Amino acid sequence: MILLERFHRVAIASTVALILLFLTVPVLIIFPVSFGDSASLRFPPPGWSVRWYQAFLGSRQWLAAASTSFEIATLTMLIAVPIGTAASYGLMTCRMANARYAYVLLMTPMIVPIIIIGVGVFAVFSKMGLVGSMWALVLAHVLLAIPYVLLTVGAGLRSFDMNQEMAARSLGVNRAKAFVTITLPQIRTSVFVAAVFSFLSSLDEVVVALFIARGETTTLTREMFMSIREQVDPTIAAVSSILVSMTVLLAALAYASQQRSARRAQGA
Amino acid sequence: MSATINSFQQRIDRADNAAELARAGRREQWGLVALVLPAAAFVVALMVIPLVWLFWQSITDQSGALTLMNYVRIFTEEGTLATFQRTFVASLMVTAICVVLGYPVAFLAAVSKPRTATIIMVLVLIPFWTSVLVRTYAWLVLLQRTGLVNQFLTWAGVVEAPLALVHNLTGSVIGMVHIMLPFVILTLYSSLTQIPADFGRAAASLGARPGRVFRTVIFPLSLPGLVAGSVFVFVLSLGFYITPELLGGGRTVMVSMLVQRNIDLYFQFGSASAVAFVLLAATLLILWLADRVVPLGKILADR
Repeated sequence: MILLERFHRVAIASTVALILLFLTVPVLIIFPVSFGDSASLRFPPPGWSVRWYQAFLGSRQWLAAASTSFEIATLTMLIAVPIGTAASYGLMTCRMANARYAYVLLMTPMIVPIIIIGVGVFAVFSKMGLVGSMWALVLAHVLLAIPYVLLTVGAGLRSFDMNQEMAARSLGVNRAKAFVTITLPQIRTSVFVAAVFSFLSSLDEVVVALFIARGETTTLTREMFMSIREQVDPTIAAVSSILVSMTVLLAALAYASQQRSARRAQGA
Repeated sequence: MSATINSFQQRIDRADNAAELARAGRREQWGLVALVLPAAAFVVALMVIPLVWLFWQSITDQSGALTLMNYVRIFTEEGTLATFQRTFVASLMVTAICVVLGYPVAFLAAVSKPRTATIIMVLVLIPFWTSVLVRTYAWLVLLQRTGLVNQFLTWAGVVEAPLALVHNLTGSVIGMVHIMLPFVILTLYSSLTQIPADFGRAAASLGARPGRVFRTVIFPLSLPGLVAGSVFVFVLSLGFYITPELLGGGRTVMVSMLVQRNIDLYFQFGSASAVAFVLLAATLLILWLADRVVPLGKILADR
């Protein structure tokens, strides 16, 4: 541990407390706002109610957007995790010199500014007449999720001893079976974390949805963006509260399982 | 005689075996390449090809003739140039504020007992996991004229009339700092915790006081993480769309909004693409330059 004088420690600790307040208050503030009973965004609200939750649950538009988002996020996860895991495995075990370039290529969706990717997929899908189709959004979200899957599954594979697979194959099973029975169970945490991240990254995605979602395929985030810009009632606060509770829960679950498997790996 | 035939036969077998092995090896390598293809197909079809097409749009005019007009316009039109400058300055401000606010948090977490460190990092991770849209909305609530921040400032007597904190550059910068700060803290924290504790103790045993240990040992060793985190945040800020759009109130236009408006309002793929490619070139150039100073990929992957 780095040494510190008591005075320094107190000064730093109080500064940090303020900064942590700055980080967390905006996340927490939406909960009381969502339970307020006035249409203005006054804080603290003059009284309490659940009317904004009722407004959300009673609105066909919001519910449709929410279910579209869940559908898209689920499909994104179901496509991105297998193809990302396959690519990660291929790149990790392949002995070709050019594998490095393929890795860089697959990571670029993370580096290219999202607004540019948005314009790009809009160009493609508008040429094909697919703007507003759900599959267009799913495909675009898979593109954005691939780097996440590559990062997490890649980390899992790096800490896995490939000789175990070799041992299994030397005993007569083929590569695919060796992967399923030996490798996959041992990197399952990474695959699970990759699934959570790709699901959340799709659920959370705004810019691409603004470009290529229309009418029927309006996602939750697109609906939220429009409603924030038009400054309508605090229904958005209720939606936000539900979304935050869910995301933080899922992400914490993924984080905890990652930490647990890291500890297990250290203990072994 | 039979011994000669035998060894001859063996040699043929060995050659056959070697050829067969090489073939099997090649087949296996191609099998592994095939595993990468689906993911690569996504990236090529939805990113590489569109980018090539957009680039082509940016260097041709309606009749299809080559032209640099779209790029010339960026540097001659006052509004466009000002937008680039504004984006650059705002991103620099966001990065500087994130470093100043992020360093103490990462530092305290790194020197604290595991329990305290966990609490600090959880408080950093919760906003990190929260939707950017939700956080932007929260800032809209907090920063409006009747918002909590203005209520507090007038109550404390700091200001007499509510300040205009949102629908301008101030709002954009505050919101962007909130989104980017966890990135800086997480990168810095991992590079601070990787400094062996013995280094600090060694310096202290030689008589350095804690302040000096920090200045001469800890801080220099944390620089790679600091550079990586700052570059990452700067580059993300350059292309950021959601938060500046909502908190800037459509008045403080950033580069990303220029791209969006050229497509959505004017359907001008040519000029949108030119702006997009200048942004992309700036992003890649900064990442490339930074990567020559510190190994960005390694630091970010370690996080």
